[in-house]
Amino acid sequence: MDYRPEVISRLTDLWEGRNTELLKGSPEIFDRFRPEAFDEFLRLGIPDRKNEAYKYTNLEKSFSYKYEKYFSPKPDDFRQAEKFHCEVEDLDVWNMVLLNGFFPRGDEGLAMLPGGIWVGSMRAAAKQFPSLVEKHYNKYARNENDGLVPLNTALATDGLFLYAPKGTVNTKPIQIVNLLQSTQDIFAQDRNLVVVEDGAQMSLLVCDHAISPQHYLTNTVTEVYVGRNSRFEIIRVQNQHNDSGKVTHTFIHQERDSYASSNNVTLHGGLVRNATWHSLNGENAETHSYGLFLADKHQHVANFVKVDHVFPNCNSTQLFKGVLDDNASGAFNGRIMVHKDAQKTNAFQSSNSIILSDTARMDTKPQLEIYADDVKCSHGATVGQLDENALFYLRSRGIDAREAKLMLMFGFAHDVIKNIPIEALRERIDNLVLQRLRGELSRCASCAIQCN
Amino acid sequence: MQTEFLIQIKDLKASIDNKEILKGLNLEVKPGEIHAIMGPNGSGKSTLANVLTGREIATVTAGTVTFEGKNLLEMSPEERAREGIFLSFQYPIEIPGVSMVNFMKTAINEQRKHRGLEPLSASDFLRLMREKKELVEIDSALTNRSVNEGFSGGEKKKNEIFQMAMLEPRLALLDETDSGLDIDALRIVANGVNKIRRPDTSVIVITHYQRLLDYIVPDYVHVLYDGRIVKSGGPELALELEERGYDWIKKEADVTEETWTTDRK
Repeated sequence: MDYRPEVISRLTDLWEGRNTELLKGSPEIFDRFRPEAFDEFLRLGIPDRKNEAYKYTNLEKSFSYKYEKYFSPKPDDFRQAEKFHCEVEDLDVWNMVLLNGFFPRGDEGLAMLPGGIWVGSMRAAAKQFPSLVEKHYNKYARNENDGLVPLNTALATDGLFLYAPKGTVNTKPIQIVNLLQSTQDIFAQDRNLVVVEDGAQMSLLVCDHAISPQHYLTNTVTEVYVGRNSRFEIIRVQNQHNDSGKVTHTFIHQERDSYASSNNVTLHGGLVRNATWHSLNGENAETHSYGLFLADKHQHVANFVKVDHVFPNCNSTQLFKGVLDDNASGAFNGRIMVHKDAQKTNAFQSSNSIILSDTARMDTKPQLEIYADDVKCSHGATVGQLDENALFYLRSRGIDAREAKLMLMFGFAHDVIKNIPIEALRERIDNLVLQRLRGELSRCASCAIQCN
Repeated sequence: MQTEFLIQIKDLKASIDNKEILKGLNLEVKPGEIHAIMGPNGSGKSTLANVLTGREIATVTAGTVTFEGKNLLEMSPEERAREGIFLSFQYPIEIPGVSMVNFMKTAINEQRKHRGLEPLSASDFLRLMREKKELVEIDSALTNRSVNEGFSGGEKKKNEIFQMAMLEPRLALLDETDSGLDIDALRIVANGVNKIRRPDTSVIVITHYQRLLDYIVPDYVHVLYDGRIVKSGGPELALELEERGYDWIKKEADVTEETWTTDRK
């Protein structure tokens, strides 16, 4: 039976009762786009497997659940989050904690980090930088038949705002620790905006942690503007639990001579789908999309990537890897679109997965659409087991079979991790991946919150 | 059980996909001896290396292999390695993402654990690496990389010898270690073997050609043909093979086989 009509009617109730909860304090610009977005959501619905982009991903388990709470947390909810402190040794960052996708003290003003980068809630941003928000909000998000994007536009109340004005450089990476913590089952929708103006640089690390065992579903939309000659890096570490669902839509819009990279490391989560859109809107832009996931039990992890080459002389790479065990399933759907005028494009895509059990499953769908004639594009996808020759090689040096397998899986994963631009973080993620591969709960060693 | 042999192979038979490759092979090696096994393509040389190191490609159907008094065939590949058997691969495997340092540290410490020793400290390990690197003249640029990744043919072979130096085996099997090496690389690799060999280290050199034996001088040379050792001799046999090829050996062996079967009738 189709679970969706009931969920849609539940969401419609929320929408109709919006005056009480939804509009309270949320930015006026959010409200302006809501009615049209909700209609769009009703038209498109919740994507099912008939939708090409969701062909291998079944959202039912996460979306059919009856959540108790849908809107942003109240100030009291932040008490636990305030206590949270992440100490990654040698990782020198500006650290901020979000709760269920929301900025504590959202109504307070934005903070300026040394180097001149502004950070805070969207609510505060709409008051402090109205014309900037006006210029970028909801300009890069596209739905392309995905009803979850307009659903976010219709119902999101707040989110994170990051702004690097012209020429500013963040002196340290910014770390956002996003805690999922509640006594209620939550469906949260956060809406984030990152603006990196011409000649600016920003490096962002987002860690998602579920720290209480409730059911969670997050439908996140993040819009990123990367101006001329600027640089933006985002690394996401997703470490949640089997009852949490996470759907992210990240739209990276790049101007000429800019550089962007996205790295999604999915260590744990019941259902995770990361959609990353890279749009190259000027010459000499470069963009990279990386992803690594480790899935076991009944987890599902999907990566959807689309790179749009609109202008000539741009470079892009996609590298996605996964290790699947037990009954886990994974999907990779990667598209490269080279428009008519995008001559001298270099675009590469590769997806490799290792399947450890007979019951795990991986589906890959690489797609190239090329309308220019002077381009270099390639794509490749492999799904396989561990290399028996390599395994024997390690064992022939005295390393036992179990450890040898671990080393190979780790080596396989490291190929993605090595692209993470912050060294201390690379090491930390290496360790987390190793712990996860060993079957331990991966947790930062110095984490103050010992959750299970 | 004390035995004068380091390894004793008796009437060894092994098949791959039900095809018998080794057809009753006998070989005994004492500590410190160097044996060369030569033979034409398809005679079973690589299968012998596989069987001795426990690779499951070949199935042993008969015979025994005793290593230092223990039944070698019962051991897993990793146990054999910890007992002191080392194979220098004909085609070393590239393993992206696994660093040489981590690989060697894990291997050394597994071996130490097997011998009831504590793991090496980080500084002792690095000292050992440095020492052995110099011994086999391998570039640090290589040992700082992933295992064999992007190495040239010669570098891979050198890396095998470096691993041998690190692990100090009791018995080293060199499987076509000379293949793909130019003469300078061959000399470095062969000298490496000679330098790291202790007086009681035994070596079995599996090779097509005599040239490696100019550097690693064998005590005995055996000719493997059609799954059996059909002729044994001293180093001079290798020279004779180089000169005359294998055809005369094949003829001799085939005649013996014929006579033998006729006799039986």
